[in-house]
Amino acid sequence: MEEIVLEEILASYRGERAELVPILQEVQDSLGYLPEKVMLDIARFIGVPESHVYSVASFYAQFRLLPLGKKRVTICRGTACHIRGAPQILNEIEEIIGIKEGETTLDLEYTLESVACFGCCALAPCIRINRSVYGELNLEKVKELILTLNEEEEDVR
Amino acid sequence: MSDSRHVVLVGLGTCGISVGAEQVFLSLEKEVARLNLGDSIQIKRAGCQGFCQQEPIVVVEPEGLFYTKVSPDDATEVIQSILDKGRPLERLFYRDPANDSPIPFYRDIPFYKKQEHNILKNCGKIDPENIEDYLAVGGYKALQRALFEMTPDEVIFEIKRSGIRGLGGAGFPTGIKWEACRNASGDERYVICNADEGDPGAFQDRSVLEGNPHSVLEGMIIAAYAIDASRCIIYVRAEYPLAVKRLKIAIEQARHSGFIGRNIFGSDFSVDMEIFQGAGAFVCGESTALVRSIEGKRGRPKPLPRARTSEIGLWNKPTLLNNVKTFANIPLIIFHGAGWFASKGTDQSKGTAVFSLTGKVVNCGLIEVPMGITLRKIIYDIGGGVPRDKAFKAVQTGGPSGGCLPESMLDMTVDFDSLKKAGSIMGSGGMVVMDEDTCMVDVARYFLDFNQRESCGQCIPCRLGTRQMFQILDDITKGKGRVGDIEFLLELSGAIRKSSICGLGKTVPNPVLTTIRYFRDEYEAHISEKRCPAGVCKL
Repeated sequence: MEEIVLEEILASYRGERAELVPILQEVQDSLGYLPEKVMLDIARFIGVPESHVYSVASFYAQFRLLPLGKKRVTICRGTACHIRGAPQILNEIEEIIGIKEGETTLDLEYTLESVACFGCCALAPCIRINRSVYGELNLEKVKELILTLNEEEEDVR
Repeated sequence: MSDSRHVVLVGLGTCGISVGAEQVFLSLEKEVARLNLGDSIQIKRAGCQGFCQQEPIVVVEPEGLFYTKVSPDDATEVIQSILDKGRPLERLFYRDPANDSPIPFYRDIPFYKKQEHNILKNCGKIDPENIEDYLAVGGYKALQRALFEMTPDEVIFEIKRSGIRGLGGAGFPTGIKWEACRNASGDERYVICNADEGDPGAFQDRSVLEGNPHSVLEGMIIAAYAIDASRCIIYVRAEYPLAVKRLKIAIEQARHSGFIGRNIFGSDFSVDMEIFQGAGAFVCGESTALVRSIEGKRGRPKPLPRARTSEIGLWNKPTLLNNVKTFANIPLIIFHGAGWFASKGTDQSKGTAVFSLTGKVVNCGLIEVPMGITLRKIIYDIGGGVPRDKAFKAVQTGGPSGGCLPESMLDMTVDFDSLKKAGSIMGSGGMVVMDEDTCMVDVARYFLDFNQRESCGQCIPCRLGTRQMFQILDDITKGKGRVGDIEFLLELSGAIRKSSICGLGKTVPNPVLTTIRYFRDEYEAHISEKRCPAGVCKL
């Protein structure tokens, strides 16, 4: 499966070093993360040492080297969110889901992560679940949001 | 009323969409289709209206009626109100927080009344996904004028004469940068738009890209003509998927209309435009780090002193790098003339400034004000002051490289040089208001946490210095502060400032320096009395 996806993606690239970041982005978009084997293949494709691909993948916050949960909960760490209670909201979510920031549940249901800022500061504090942003949260609203998410069986992505 | 054509604008920026504006848009469209009113009422997608807090916002033109917090269920009544002569929907009006009186028109709302919109003028009024809308408000006329009525040197002269300055930390004059880039030797040149808005607490670049992407493209194409570049790149952060989507549409449409590509308007001038998505690194706002990341490398800045990017940039070619708002200003300067631009603002800081006004302030949103306005006017007249009768404590500008300014500085004017003198910077334009419930030591800790995460790790002062500073601040907020910590923080700040190799490292201590400078008593209360005056830290 990974090989087929990679092959399809690489078909639209020329194999130049400068294409590394866009390739990694597209692969991660399809697979949800960057498997080791895929990074090795990309290194061969653009003709750089494997260590170079790893060094770039590990430098940027966007890239993930581990698989992603189906429900991806992202907390905004922005300044406006911070002073309006984001740390408390993070604690609450950590407690409900039972994992810490940066972790994924063993059953790959949830990933909990944080990001520097979504730029929705006027609606602070806000979080993102998969592709939707939810703003003007407080502890009660967050609890309800996460718990109703729990009841949904389907992948909300 | 029903005989003239009405336009119903729905603010569909990221903020609006996150509170359901898309559903409002669809439900309005459905209602118009149901009543077969397509000829007299147009439901239009628009960018951010700026007053993010009141989203979803619906504006009815030509009257200028302003409906706030609209839900999809309101669609029937909104449409009905347009049909019913002169009976607008009062329950959706904005209400003046001072006396709860309804204000029907956006032009009367204090939040808008005190602003001056130039860059934001068409954001929220035109459909960002339709080039015809941009053309209808005079779009690409400045490009036409530059190409046919001005030489590249005249364009640069005009930009220099306008006095516009860049939005990096230093406020470098844009025209001088353009001239240096044009004069640098190289067989090829590039124009890059820095839309890697990584500062937490800032979203004005996102809003401009989402609301009026063509204005940025037009500015970049004019810049390419002026410096003789053949390729333009917009470096936009991947956290802004809607901005990326709208830019892609805009580039496609501009290409189709002949504003991008070969022989623009039939002239000799050709230019190409592409998008590069940043992968999430604050340091990539630094020019050499940004350039390296486009080259497929880790985004690590080149050590100072180094050649300017305008001389040796992408692929070692001269590269012009400006911020989103700088490019958005260019068509206005070329169209209205440098004199028009220079007539706004102060002696040394011309034009307007766009800020994201957020935090503990009544009216949160995107604002544009003339340079030289006071902080007090921004926070109280436009922002409506601090909510819930709390006392104002500080305002943070310039993001993690900026600083926190106290109440005693509220009458300071907002311009490049005053902010710098006060220990902060203009930067990209985040402005976060803090009240009595905000702990300034916690804020300093917050920014140092950010800065140590975002340090590229290349030089020791920044990599280890920020970690040390964070550790000390963390200790102080946990009641483990020691006498002498403040002095040690000051000493470390000085060392990091002097010995870091790039602009980011040189500014990382700013949040600590300004909070110590203006709020030293809070540090002392934490350290000596084991007490957090704001009640935030658990000591």
